[in-house]
Amino acid sequence: MLSEHNWVLSVGTFLPLVGVIIMLFLPKADEALTKAVGIITAAATLAVGVFTLIQFDYGRAGEMQFVANHEWISVIKSSYFIGLDGISLPLYFLSMVITLLVMIYSWDHVPSPGNPKAFFILMLVLQTGMAGTFISRDLILFFVFFELVLLPMYFMIGVWGGENRQYASLKFFLYTMFGSALMLVAFLALFFKTGAESFSIPFLIENGLNISRTTQIWIFGGMFVGFAVKVPMFPFHTWLPDAHTQAPTQGSVILAAILLKLGTYGFVRIAIPILPEAAKAWAPYIGALAVIGIIYGALGCLAQTDMKRLIAFSSVAHMGYVMLGISTLTSFGMNAAMFGMVAHGLITGMLFFVAGSVKERYHTLEIKRLSGMLLQIPKLGWIMGFCAMASLGLPGLAGFWGEFPAILSAYQPADGLPVEVFRAYMVIAAIGTVFAAGYLLWLFQRTAFGEPTAEFSPGHGHDEDIHDVNKFEWLAWSPLLIAIVVFGVYPQLMFKVLDPAVGVTLKAFGG
Amino acid sequence: MLAAATEMTETVLSSGWFLENAWIIPIIPAISFALIIFFGKRMPKKGSEFGVASMLGALVFSAGAAYQWIQRVNGAAEGAYIAPIVKTWTWWQNDGVSLGIGQHVDGLTVTILLVVAFISSLVQIYSLEYLRGDRRYTHFFASLTLFSAGMLNMVVAENMIQLILGWEIMGLCSFMLIGHWWEEGANSRAALKAFFTTRTGDIGLLTGTAVLYFAANDWTTKTLGVSGFSIRGLSSWALSGDPSSAAITVGAVALFIAAIGKSGQFPLHTWLPDAMAGPTPVSSLLHSSTMVVAGVFLVARVYPVFFEGLDILGSGANFIVIIGGITIVIAALLAFVQTDIKKVLAYSTVSQLGYMMMGLGAGAWLPAVFHIFTHAFFKACLFLGAGSISHSSSHHSFEMKKDMGGLRKFMPITFTTWIISTLALCGVFPFSGFFSKDEIIDNVGHNGYNVFMIVGLTGAFLTAAYMTRATYLTFFGSPRGASAGEHHEEEGHGAHASHDDHAHDTHGHDAHASHDDHASHGPHESGWLITAPLIILATLALSSGFLNAAPFGHSWENFKKWVEPSAEVINPTGIAYVTGGAGEARISSDEPTEPVVGEEAQSGAPLAAASGEEDHSSEEGHHKSDCGTKTPVDGVCVAPQLNHAPFKWSKAGLSMLIVFAGMLSSWILCVQLYERKNKKLVGLTERNKALGAGYKFLVNKYYLDALYENVIVRSIAHPIARGAYWINQNILDGIVNGAGTSAKTVAGWVYRNVDQKLVDGAVNGSGNAAQAAGGALQPVQSGKVNMYGALLFGSAAIGALILVIINT
Amino acid sequence: MLLNQFLILGAVLFCIGVYGVIARKNAVMVLMSIELILNSVNINLLAFSLRNGSVDGHTFALYVIAVAAAEVGVGLAMVLLMYRNRRSIGLDELSEMKG
Repeated sequence: MLSEHNWVLSVGTFLPLVGVIIMLFLPKADEALTKAVGIITAAATLAVGVFTLIQFDYGRAGEMQFVANHEWISVIKSSYFIGLDGISLPLYFLSMVITLLVMIYSWDHVPSPGNPKAFFILMLVLQTGMAGTFISRDLILFFVFFELVLLPMYFMIGVWGGENRQYASLKFFLYTMFGSALMLVAFLALFFKTGAESFSIPFLIENGLNISRTTQIWIFGGMFVGFAVKVPMFPFHTWLPDAHTQAPTQGSVILAAILLKLGTYGFVRIAIPILPEAAKAWAPYIGALAVIGIIYGALGCLAQTDMKRLIAFSSVAHMGYVMLGISTLTSFGMNAAMFGMVAHGLITGMLFFVAGSVKERYHTLEIKRLSGMLLQIPKLGWIMGFCAMASLGLPGLAGFWGEFPAILSAYQPADGLPVEVFRAYMVIAAIGTVFAAGYLLWLFQRTAFGEPTAEFSPGHGHDEDIHDVNKFEWLAWSPLLIAIVVFGVYPQLMFKVLDPAVGVTLKAFGG
Repeated sequence: MLAAATEMTETVLSSGWFLENAWIIPIIPAISFALIIFFGKRMPKKGSEFGVASMLGALVFSAGAAYQWIQRVNGAAEGAYIAPIVKTWTWWQNDGVSLGIGQHVDGLTVTILLVVAFISSLVQIYSLEYLRGDRRYTHFFASLTLFSAGMLNMVVAENMIQLILGWEIMGLCSFMLIGHWWEEGANSRAALKAFFTTRTGDIGLLTGTAVLYFAANDWTTKTLGVSGFSIRGLSSWALSGDPSSAAITVGAVALFIAAIGKSGQFPLHTWLPDAMAGPTPVSSLLHSSTMVVAGVFLVARVYPVFFEGLDILGSGANFIVIIGGITIVIAALLAFVQTDIKKVLAYSTVSQLGYMMMGLGAGAWLPAVFHIFTHAFFKACLFLGAGSISHSSSHHSFEMKKDMGGLRKFMPITFTTWIISTLALCGVFPFSGFFSKDEIIDNVGHNGYNVFMIVGLTGAFLTAAYMTRATYLTFFGSPRGASAGEHHEEEGHGAHASHDDHAHDTHGHDAHASHDDHASHGPHESGWLITAPLIILATLALSSGFLNAAPFGHSWENFKKWVEPSAEVINPTGIAYVTGGAGEARISSDEPTEPVVGEEAQSGAPLAAASGEEDHSSEEGHHKSDCGTKTPVDGVCVAPQLNHAPFKWSKAGLSMLIVFAGMLSSWILCVQLYERKNKKLVGLTERNKALGAGYKFLVNKYYLDALYENVIVRSIAHPIARGAYWINQNILDGIVNGAGTSAKTVAGWVYRNVDQKLVDGAVNGSGNAAQAAGGALQPVQSGKVNMYGALLFGSAAIGALILVIINT
Repeated sequence: MLLNQFLILGAVLFCIGVYGVIARKNAVMVLMSIELILNSVNINLLAFSLRNGSVDGHTFALYVIAVAAAEVGVGLAMVLLMYRNRRSIGLDELSEMKG
């Protein structure tokens, strides 16, 4: 099976580009047609994804499957080397699902200034970049896909964004570029230090051990900055609230659901397995930044007056849990982190959808001006409550399985890490759960409960805009909502896939 | 015991379908919840039929399980270890280890299952009438049903993670139900407070579970083949001598913090009285009889962990007993200054939970669990009684002083059930509270915690006194306010006024008019949907104590026999996982690791506490095992050996006396204060400074709320959060923006100074020459393509020419 | 081998092309001239390739053809736009780029 179906991944990754080419030839004026073609492309991509899901051999989730390895740029010894294992699979598939759902949502939610053709094309390009990142087994290939993601997002924020979009998009772009530059330097250093033979990850994993410890630490540092900006970890997070707040809803959803995961995925896939020694040296500091991020993100949330910005800050806190899990370097923590990534993608993506729809209805996201949403738009209000509950880590919903095992894992980090320090992290992270409950419920209580404010009460000119969830929203949201419940009730669905792969990744740590 | 010895050659424990499949019990309401959510609004009864049916179903299953458990116990030899029925399925896996979800059914489980299913059923039936016409009727039943699913799941939980699942679902439902009428700010704030406070306690639950898991996992995996989350594993591990004292102590303290939050113990009790903002059935079900005992249940469930970790029965007082003791008294005192009948009951609940905790902390496991059982009935009855009053007589008000009084004539059934439950609560013989509460106090003393026995007796006095006050204000004297048929205007409701009237207000003026009718009809008895649950509960409040009536001798102590786990040393392989199938655990006595019976145990190490005044007369037929005092050598223990105080009428008489003294003094005081308006007493708190200060201190709830809300929450939500955000915007972001701006500035400076002056200065000289040359060449820049082409080819030709020349 | 003849042909074509670029005013003619120049280069490449017996020259020639096609495509598009805007394709009138 390994070699029979290795076309699957390439098709799954590049199919959106085919759609892009078709769309280029469509008249711009025929919006419905372009949208339809876009959605069909995304659906076809997802179909390929489903096929991948079916063909995936779950008994060997720890191994790379559908591997394809062709020469690419032989001058720099980089190859087109792709594969999929239990760690990549959920994220790879999630990126396809999210893109499709976002496109469905965009059917009647194209943000101003319109031009759905360009908008849909950008989303498809983005999809290729995201999917490609998750299947790359070669650092240069990884880098190309990693950077490919940047441009469409830059344009999405810069063209379709809010009032302050120029600033936000430029900040996003430069910040990430800055991280990527260091990351690229680190990749090159790695390449030359291992004998300038190959950029392929398995090769580097084998040979990375031979690099001296000091050099490892420096190289890891470069990668750390590159990935940490993307995660984003405290103190590299400041681009995130701006980008999220200014981005159109679709941009925010993709950003939260997938783009942030590129960073954590980079840690799990590249930085830690290749440079285990350095990872151990860095882990306590990563853990410290992670818990600072948890508390700090929560405090940031409590200080917000804007709903979307609050959700953006909550991402900082949630990614803190993910990074805490990763920093323990145990398979317990790593599993939690991987689960947390998917769960955060589902839940926060959903919260941004809700925020977008609230904005569309009330033309504001200022918490003070919103009230009594449950009276006016009960379904949307309850969906928001549901997402808030999921986000604060209620057991039985997906968020819990990222959060609780991450906290748990900090009690006993990998051998050689300072146990007491991590136990302190554990307690701080646990306190973070209370804060999470605090800001999310506070948000929910203020916006959903009570009576609508005078400004938006019936008969004040907003009645036309304020309507409950429409059918495109249902279509786009229900898969996410269902997934949040399903993964919450039966987490084994994902752990079963993740666990063997995580075990393989952490071989260097004897776990 | 002799009979036991002969029979114990080989004992096969009986089991049955209901026991084997107890895990279905929480599934029933869970499915029903989904049905209500999706189809509830379209059903003729708005979804309530699903709720009631599922609860009755769960009740039947629970009763079946309880019956079969009793069969199982009765079929086994007396004092033998009755293996719980454990089943698991893989729920998640980590690090190659499968972690399960499943059931752990033993005496404690079936007891609480029965209580929860029973009270839930009654409360749902009651709610059919009580919430009729509520705008969120369907939501209400959905939440109530989900709550039951959560609680039942917590009770059958096989491991800590599953327990946390149920625990948090209950918290969520508590939030939704307290905030049921969320249009009003006070309700939604109370809901938020409840969730937030219990969540604070849950820090302990998460960390405690983590600590215990890692400490116990190796041992449990090796010895029992279960994970360190497993309840059975944790219990055995705690008594195995394996745990380091630090790990188990930290774990136990952390878990107890969770119990403090959930069970409203001092100092996190403040959310519970506020939670009365929810509809009365909710208060009755969640905030008195079931959900709030979750903390007590947690302690009882993994009791060995607390037993070892906090050194229960060791020398000196421990964390649990101290918290329990403090809670009893402070909550009881607060009950005196309440005017809202539900708040009196709420503080009473807090106080009674304190009894349970104190009992557990003092090694009185069985009386504490029995108190959960009896308390559920009489407290639910009291709350439902209060609801009945407000529903039918006091125009949806819960203000005792303002809107009640003299209701005994109008509401005979409510009155009778109230009195029965009050007597049970006060612990009057032979009502059920007597058999549980008095046993707790007795055992606390018996185990050497004399100070806490006095605390318990003080609590009994206070309980009797505040309940007498509440009873007097509600049912005696002359009707006041709404009960007297006065019309209530909206502004008449002060901040303390009940919010229940909101239920009807929200759906318009018609409904409002309809409950003005209530008032004009005057107070009257409620309908049968309300009184039937009251009567059933009152009957149980009267009689349930006889399940474990210690005064009448050993043969009456059925509850003890059925529920208390036996402190035997057992063979781990013999009980390792009763994995489905036949569902029969075999314990054969000829194995060397079988119970240390008889004389051997008698000569075992004396128990740390109260060993001197040990009275074996009441314990005949029981032997002592070493569990909890010594490390079991070959085999494991699942429960520590506990003492049982022998019942003495003299001690019971004393506590009865105290209770009656409390009632009497309170009665006299009430008559003087409210009926006769005795000048000496009325306004005493305003005249006497010391009393005034005490009164103020109580009215302000010891200023704990002020501390939490104004100091802690406000400081985090405002200065600290704002400060952090300020740092974010100005420092972190400042660095980024600063880096950008300074890069720009540097670039500008370099351009202006280096480029323009230095380099340019040097260049300027040549620049002049260049300018001249440029001027000469300007015509070349004609803008004509042909011209450029000519230049290109011309220069290329010249270049080629030069190349040729050089090369040759 | 007929190398010289090929080279001479190439040189002639090249010169015609250069003349066209310099002397013609019509943009289309200029484009055609550029094509001539490129093709003269191709002829040279092929000639040397044949002589050296390697395929490098062929490859380059193919590459040049591709580039030429792109260049003509872009060039003609520009001419078209120019015509639309100015109703003329005379290169003399395009002097906005004057320095």
